Amino acid sequence: MNRRQLGALAAGGLFGVGLVVSGMTDPRNVIGFLDFSGRWNPSLIAVMAGAVAVHASLLALLARTAGGRGARLLPPRSTRIDRPLIVGSALFGVGWGLSGYCPGPAIVSLGFGARTAFAFAAAMIVGIIAGGLVPRRRAGCEAP
Amino acid sequence: MLDKALMLTGLLGGALIGLAATVYLLATGRVAGVSGVVAGALGEREARGERIAFLAGLVGAGLVAAAVSSPATANPTPTAVLIVAGVLVGFGTRVGGGCTSGHGLCGISRLSIASLVATATFIATGAATVAIANLFVTRPTP
Repeated sequence: MNRRQLGALAAGGLFGVGLVVSGMTDPRNVIGFLDFSGRWNPSLIAVMAGAVAVHASLLALLARTAGGRGARLLPPRSTRIDRPLIVGSALFGVGWGLSGYCPGPAIVSLGFGARTAFAFAAAMIVGIIAGGLVPRRRAGCEAP
Repeated sequence: MLDKALMLTGLLGGALIGLAATVYLLATGRVAGVSGVVAGALGEREARGERIAFLAGLVGAGLVAAAVSSPATANPTPTAVLIVAGVLVGFGTRVGGGCTSGHGLCGISRLSIASLVATATFIATGAATVAIANLFVTRPTP
């Protein structure tokens, strides 16, 4: 295992621990956030606020270090708002609301040994492959 | 109604996630969007090892969590619905170019308007889905 892979493994472990600690691997917290019928659970906002605050600060710090060398670490980002972005995100939201799982928590839940997570993950892989066959955006926030 | 303990652990866990996304970027030069990492691990030969290592870390965190505590493990949603949901999540994140981590965390951290629009979209359709599902299922209050 090379250094990049070790770094990625550590990042995945830390990411997963964060998801567990934050309660996001419990689908009830996610559905509770999306449920505005009088028992709204806003904890997902705290998770996003904590994550964005730390990540954005570290990115800003990186961009300023080493004479801007850090900035080149950042992949290009897409600013285009197109049909695949909207349609894909809308369909993702429906699946998210039905299950309370998004990809990260579902994969951590495989480690829990949850049978429900295996069914979800297998179906997700089918969806990912199918999504590769239609016009789409590149993953993450890379330029199209 | 506002569970303060849950908000605090949310903030703490969120901070760890933000740190993890930065570590992944530094190690690999790529954005830590989980749906994109899965798609890349499935479909691209280049740097597949790094993506698999990241996913192994996620699964490992689940293994450790289940060993040292008793996290809520089972998803109460019926399996047939979970399968439909899984296909929608996989298809939607691939077509839309990201999920809660790729658009929600990494994109918004970089002030990407497209990611902000994507995040608003999946929260809106997610909330609409839960509102419709509430007509058919009664959920126990946690």
